[in-house]
Amino acid sequence: MKKKVLLMGKAHSGKTSMRSIIFANYLARDTMRLSPTLDVEHHHVRFLGNLVLNLWDCGGQDAFYESYFERDRETIFRSVELLIYVFDIESEDPEKDFDHFSGVLEAIEENSPDARIFVLVHKMDLVHESERAMIFEDRRRIIEAHSRGLSLECFATSIWDETLYKAWSEIVTNLIPNIQLLKSQLDNFCRISDADEVVLFERATFLVIAHTSQTSESNNFDAHRFEKISNIVKQFKLSCGKTQAQFQGLQVQNSQFSAFIDAFTANTYIMVIVSDPEIETAATLINIKNAKQHFEKNFARS
Amino acid sequence: MSQKHPNINPNTHPNSSSSGGRATDNSSLPRVLLFGPRRSGKSSISQVVFNKMSPHETLFRLEGNSELDIMTVDNNALAQFEIYDFPGSYMQSSPPERDASIFCNSSGAGVVIIFVLDAQDEPYDVVLTSLVQILRRGTRVNPHLKAHVFINKVDGELFLSEEAKYDCRRDVVSLVQEEMAEYDMEDVEVTYFLTSIYDHSVFEAFSKVTQKLVPTLPTIESLCNVLVGRCNMEKVFLFDVVSKLYISTDSSPVDAVSYELCSDMIDVVMDVSGIYGGGGDEEGGVGGDEGGAEGGGWIEGGEGEGGEGGGEGEGWMEGGSGGGGSTAQPASAYYDESSSSCIHLSNGIVLYLKEVSPMLALVCLTREEEFVKRGLLDWNLAVFKKGMEKLIGVINESKKGGV
Repeated sequence: MKKKVLLMGKAHSGKTSMRSIIFANYLARDTMRLSPTLDVEHHHVRFLGNLVLNLWDCGGQDAFYESYFERDRETIFRSVELLIYVFDIESEDPEKDFDHFSGVLEAIEENSPDARIFVLVHKMDLVHESERAMIFEDRRRIIEAHSRGLSLECFATSIWDETLYKAWSEIVTNLIPNIQLLKSQLDNFCRISDADEVVLFERATFLVIAHTSQTSESNNFDAHRFEKISNIVKQFKLSCGKTQAQFQGLQVQNSQFSAFIDAFTANTYIMVIVSDPEIETAATLINIKNAKQHFEKNFARS
Repeated sequence: MSQKHPNINPNTHPNSSSSGGRATDNSSLPRVLLFGPRRSGKSSISQVVFNKMSPHETLFRLEGNSELDIMTVDNNALAQFEIYDFPGSYMQSSPPERDASIFCNSSGAGVVIIFVLDAQDEPYDVVLTSLVQILRRGTRVNPHLKAHVFINKVDGELFLSEEAKYDCRRDVVSLVQEEMAEYDMEDVEVTYFLTSIYDHSVFEAFSKVTQKLVPTLPTIESLCNVLVGRCNMEKVFLFDVVSKLYISTDSSPVDAVSYELCSDMIDVVMDVSGIYGGGGDEEGGVGGDEGGAEGGGWIEGGEGEGGEGGGEGEGWMEGGSGGGGSTAQPASAYYDESSSSCIHLSNGIVLYLKEVSPMLALVCLTREEEFVKRGLLDWNLAVFKKGMEKLIGVINESKKGGV
């Protein structure tokens, strides 16, 4: 199943950097070495086994835009499933950004009226913590004013924290078929094994696919915890790479909780959080093993 | 938790206070003296290692310090010392009469020197002359003084190959030796490290420095050796989980890769525990205060911006270092006596971490076939833990006796 994904935005807004972090295992600091994208770079990314994202990373220089809007208009904007438009929060020329944005939306409306649209307001780390929410809201209003009536979703992102994972997780879960069924099965598993929380990650990218919680206590936890876990585990996987060994699974516990993160089906990792001290580690491990067989059978090559 | 020493403002600056007065304050703690030219990275190193500042932040968060900064590190029973961060030109203007108060510790606790050199700022000769001058003055009053040269900033375009780094170290070593030979100082112990705040090298180097300040090191090392032998392990490290410096290891050679992996494991354990294992919401207030104290204290020109610093303290990004738990609450809230972790790798190695004393972790590298005998492993680790408890009891006794 191939899905065409357009990645657009002004030059230096960070499109290639975020793509490299999410899909090519770059560390945030390594993205400084990337050079500007010329014209359009095509990438095929396999996600969850047989879902193939056909990523069109479109260079953002003005000259390229002219050809996107004129000569290559149809090639670029035809049969798009997802448009991801990236704004640089520190843009020097926001006027022109919005001109381009309107142009892109017009072309999308014409050629792929069913495409889903996501807007990332990027490099939020450059904004002071206390002002982030306000500045983002302000930017979101302007973006929506330029939206030509199309529905779109906005995210504030930065490559230096988990917001990037959050945005991309939400974007890609839109492409997964059977997501509701998957989630209800996960709910069952969580209940049966008496876990507080179960989270399913995609294996290669560690993006969050689905999650479920049993207790209301989880409301006290950090709202971005799944994405933080993605980030933590992915960093550790990269460190393992240096030793020529692959990360397989881990357990962390203290007096209040046990966390299990393990390879699950062929395309996923699972995290199970248990806080009930009565539940033995071995019991949880067996539950994970059995659930694995069940999920393999029902969701293999979904 | 490391914290800034109550700001040494100009009137209580050691320059103006008597040497006798200085020695009383916290004098039982060992000292790390940070010397080196301006902008060589002294403050960046101590911020990255002890205050979890991410490396790229040091570029814009830190300005040069014009006064002596003293940071007290008190992470656990074995990681306790003070870091004296001297401004670049401090020693030139400090009269020799005061040397004894800088280089000697009246309580007999250790003093070590770290001299930070900017490897990207050639030539080195003038800077290294100043190093030898400092050493001359130091060893005159304290013959046991040990020096460590951090050849810092060996990152970036100039040092892409390992060879470039080794060449650089060779140049520095030979310059220092020549200079020291002139003053008959050949027997002063100088160790050299290639460091960068962008990777683990600075943590490893700092580990080796602070190990010299742990008086019971030989005992801990032999405990590690016994454990490795009995359980057939590949390697163990005893870590300070707050700074991720290792305090001891068994006597087999340390390879940088295993150290990095264990150190990254601590990130994982602390971050995951911070998310799920923190006792609930009561930490909120505490965390906020602490962020304020740290943030406010360390921004240069801090007095005026104290309020703003509070906000920034909480907003620290985790950057490359691992995405970070719910940051602000103290690590002791979620690292407790039941903390443990195991990580399985595809090459048959298991990393096994266990708490052995508050804020200390033993990280073992062991093979899967040994890890199966978990009961044996846990028993021996419990024995190790008991040994540590006794040892730390003795350390605390002797401290009380000493003062």
